[in-house]
Amino acid sequence: MTPRDDVCVVIPVFNEASVIADVVRTVRKRYPLVVCVDDGSSDDSAAAIAAAGAVLVRHPINLGQGAALRTGMDYALSLEQARYLVTFDADGQHDVEDVPQMLELLDSGEAQIVFGSRFLDRRTRVGGAKRIVLAAAIRYSRASTGLSLTDTHNGLRAFTREVAGALDLQINGMAHASELLSLVARHRFRYAEVPVHIRYTEYSRSKGQPLMNGVNIIFDLLFR
Amino acid sequence: MLIKILLIMCTLGLLVVLLQKRAAARTRAWKRLILVALVGVAIVSVLNPELTTEVANLVGVGRGADLLLYVLTAVFLYVVVGFYLKFRDVERQVTVLARRLALDEARLRQQGTEIDPQVDPAP
Repeated sequence: MTPRDDVCVVIPVFNEASVIADVVRTVRKRYPLVVCVDDGSSDDSAAAIAAAGAVLVRHPINLGQGAALRTGMDYALSLEQARYLVTFDADGQHDVEDVPQMLELLDSGEAQIVFGSRFLDRRTRVGGAKRIVLAAAIRYSRASTGLSLTDTHNGLRAFTREVAGALDLQINGMAHASELLSLVARHRFRYAEVPVHIRYTEYSRSKGQPLMNGVNIIFDLLFR
Repeated sequence: MLIKILLIMCTLGLLVVLLQKRAAARTRAWKRLILVALVGVAIVSVLNPELTTEVANLVGVGRGADLLLYVLTAVFLYVVVGFYLKFRDVERQVTVLARRLALDEARLRQQGTEIDPQVDPAP
């Protein structure tokens, strides 16, 4: 498989110095163009990103993942070669091998945005409380956007330039995932979902959102 | 009475702090007038508490102190909401600013113009 340079992978990074270099290197084998948005990390993430050969865009202060994604997309849009954008998590929970099948759907024009879902097959094991919170988030997102998706809070997505231009995220915090869906619904983009594998490691679990954050997300959405 | 002296001093102190020449913007003129009027009313009602009770009776409230509490509550809520909206605006502005800065810096870095020596390890 030859590397594709018409794909720009956007990775929001916040204090991931210990893993980000490996993640960037793995992704770059397939997709050399990687943009990491360091969201005001206090560790050595920035140096690790630069050393791994990704484009480094650095927020001077911590703004939140939504803002980091928006910044990364803006940078990607400034690159003419980037036909497609892929959003990818920095903690190594996504598998770059899941991306080609997402791009296929974009290539064929079947979809303008493709979401990764951990619930379409049985590769990903999701534990008790997390499953309940995610199920609630999914129900909420389905009801509020009308999109029929099985996993609404998955950081792995692939979409076209056109979609990226329309995803003008205003919510800085974690509620951007729901905001993104409502923008997709409003613009009536063709969307699809493919099964992806999430590796829950000790590391990603420790970095993952505490469940109470779900409450914060709900408030962000209600009082934006 | 000691309390009257303390309250009046507080009010006058507020007036002094707020009327100090910072931004001599004309737009603030009406705000300053309102402030002076407010301090005037405050001093009068401290000196003559029966006055607030009379006003309270006019609007159907028993005691002046109760009326004060109601007005204070309403004003407080407005102030909180006002600060919240202002804060949200400022947050948005900071976001726009920080993102702009990040993108410009990244483009400069891509062009080989290193402007932040912290990022790359020293040679």
